[in-house]
Amino acid sequence: MNFSWIQLVAIAPEIVLTIGACALLLFDLVIPRDQKDKLGYFAVGILIVACYGSWKLANVEADVFFGMFTLDPYATYFKMLVYLAGALTILLSMTYLEIEKIHLGEYYGFVLLSTAGMMVMVSAGDLIMVYLGLELLSISLYTMAGFKRSESRSIEASAKYLILGSFSSAILLYGISILYGIAGTTNLKALGTFFAANPLDNPGLLVSMGFLVVGFGFKVAAVPFHMWTPDVYEGSPTPVTAFMSVAPKAASFAVFLRVFAEALGGLKPHWQPILVTVAVATMILGNVVAIVQTNIKRMLAYSSIAHAGYALIGIIVGGGLGTMSLMLYLMIYALMNLGAFGVVILLRKGGMRGEEISDFTGLAKKNPVAAVIMLIFMFSLAGIPPTAGFVAKFYLFMGAVEAGMVWLAVVGVLLSAVSAYYYLRVVMVMYMREPSGDFDLATSPATSLALVITTIAVLFLGLYPAPLIDATKAAILQIP
Amino acid sequence: MAPLLFFYFGGVIVGTATLVVTLRNPIYSAISLLVTFFHVAGIFVLLNAEFIAAVQILVYAGAILVLYLFVVMLLNLKREERYHRQYLVGAFLGVVILTELALIFFRTTFRAGIGPFTPAHLQSVGNTEAVGMALFTTYLLPFEVASLILLVAMVGAIILAKRVVPR
Repeated sequence: MNFSWIQLVAIAPEIVLTIGACALLLFDLVIPRDQKDKLGYFAVGILIVACYGSWKLANVEADVFFGMFTLDPYATYFKMLVYLAGALTILLSMTYLEIEKIHLGEYYGFVLLSTAGMMVMVSAGDLIMVYLGLELLSISLYTMAGFKRSESRSIEASAKYLILGSFSSAILLYGISILYGIAGTTNLKALGTFFAANPLDNPGLLVSMGFLVVGFGFKVAAVPFHMWTPDVYEGSPTPVTAFMSVAPKAASFAVFLRVFAEALGGLKPHWQPILVTVAVATMILGNVVAIVQTNIKRMLAYSSIAHAGYALIGIIVGGGLGTMSLMLYLMIYALMNLGAFGVVILLRKGGMRGEEISDFTGLAKKNPVAAVIMLIFMFSLAGIPPTAGFVAKFYLFMGAVEAGMVWLAVVGVLLSAVSAYYYLRVVMVMYMREPSGDFDLATSPATSLALVITTIAVLFLGLYPAPLIDATKAAILQIP
Repeated sequence: MAPLLFFYFGGVIVGTATLVVTLRNPIYSAISLLVTFFHVAGIFVLLNAEFIAAVQILVYAGAILVLYLFVVMLLNLKREERYHRQYLVGAFLGVVILTELALIFFRTTFRAGIGPFTPAHLQSVGNTEAVGMALFTTYLLPFEVASLILLVAMVGAIILAKRVVPR
C-alpha cells in the first residue's frame, strides 16, 4: 500500500483538532485578557467541526497509514465521547479559570491536543500508535494538572502525575517490546492472528501481558495502580479533574479493550483471572475508602476508581454484550461525572473553595436548582433509577451474569450499595442541614449550558436509553 | 568478537546507569549518563544501525546532556540525601523482580524472525536511507504524532516554568 491523499480523509478530524489547537496558541497572543472566553468558544467550535467530520466518517471502516490507524465505528463512538467530554469541559472551565486568574489561551489548546491524543489512541491499529497517543494525552494532562501555578497543591499534583505517569508508560513500553520480541509485530490485527495460531507456551508472554495491565491499569486508575488518583484529582484545577476523570479514562478503556480483545484475544483464559482480581480489588477499595473522604474532589476520585472497577467487568465479559455495556457505561459515566464536577465548580467563587463536602451544607435552602442537579448526579453515580447510572450498571452486571460470573455481578451490586452511602451523604448534607452562610454561585451561561446538557442527558438516558444502546450495538468492536 | 563487545557495552551501560541514580553529586550523575549514552550508541553500531548510533551521540550526548549540565550547574542544586527508608525494601523487591524476569526470559522463545533490515539489505540501500524510508512510509503517522508530543511538551514546559504574571 502506497501513500495516497485519500488516507488523509480518514484522519481529517484529528488534523482539524491539531490545526485548531495551533491556531488557539497563536490567537492567544492577540486576544485581550478579558476576552479569553472567545478562545473557549472557538475551541468548542473546532470540536464541533471535528465531530461533524467523524459523523461523516461514522460508517467507514478502513486501515490507513500502513495499518497504523484503524477507522471503525468502535473508534468513532469513542471519538464522539471525547468530543463531548472536551466540549463540556471547556464550557465548565471558562468561569472557573477567570475566578482562579489562570485564564490562559493555552488551556484550550491543551484540551484540544489531549483530545487529539485520545483519538489517536482509540483509533490505534498498532501498539506504537497506542503508546504515542497515550503520551500525547498524558503530557497535555501533566501540564493541565499544574495550571494553578501559584498553588502548591496543583504543582504537586502535576509533578506526582508526571513521575508516576512516566513510570507507568515505561512499564507499558517494556511490555510492548516483549510482545514485539515474541510475535515479531506490533500491529494489533497481526498480533491477533499470531496468538490465535500460537497458544501460550511462553512465560515471557505472561510478563508482557502483566506489564500491559499495569500500563493501562494506571491510566484507568485501577487498584493497585490507583495511588496517584486522589492527590492528582484533588490538586488539579477542578475542570481539569473533571476532564481527567472521564475522557482519558474512556479512551484508555477503549484501547484496553481493543488491545486485549483484538491482539490478545486468543489468550483470554490467561488474562481474564488477572483482570477479575484487579476489578474486584478496585471496586472494593474505591468504594470503601470513598466513605471516609471529607473533600468532595477526593471522594469523587475514589468514586472514579470504583467506577473503573465496574467498567473492567465489561472487558472481562468481552464479546458483544461486554463491549456494548462498556461503551454504554463510559458514555453515561462521562455525562454524570462531568455534571457532578460542574456543580463543584459552581461553588468555587470568591473566598469559597467549595471543595469540602461540608461546603454543600444547606445548599437546597439557598439554591434549590443547584441542589436538585447535584442530587440527580449523585443518584446517577450511585446507580439509582430512573437515572442513566442505573441503566449503565444494569447492562454491565447483566453481562457478568450472562457470562456465568454471577458472583462478580453480586460483588458489583453489593459495592454499589456501599457507594450509595457516600453519594447520598452529599444529598443529606444539602437537604437536611441548615445553611451556615450564603451561597454565591459562580454561574455563567456556559456553565449553565453544560449543566443543562448533562442533567437532561442523564435523565433522558435513564428513562429512554434505547437510542444510545442502539448506537453502541452498531459500533461494537468487530474481532475477525 | 561481537558477543564480547556486546557484554562490554551492556555491562558498562548497567554500571553507569546505576551510578546515575546512586551518585550524590548531580554533575557526576550527568557525566555517568554521558558514558551510558556512548555505550548505547556502541550497541547500535553492533546492530549495524550506524545512523541511529550517530543520532544517539549527536542528540543525546551532544544536545540533551549538555542542556542537563547547564541546568544543573545554573541551578546549583544542593547535595541532598536522596535515599529514604524505603531503600532496603526497594532493593529487595528489585532483586526479586530481576531474578524472576531473568528466569522467565531464559525460558522464553522469542519467535520474531529476522526482519527485513538485514545487514546485506542495509548495505545495498544505505543505512540512513533505510531509516528515512521506514520513517516516511510505514511510520509516517507515528512520526507526525511524535512531533505533536514534542510541541505539547515544549509549550507545557514553558507554561509551567513561566513566571506567574500578576494582574
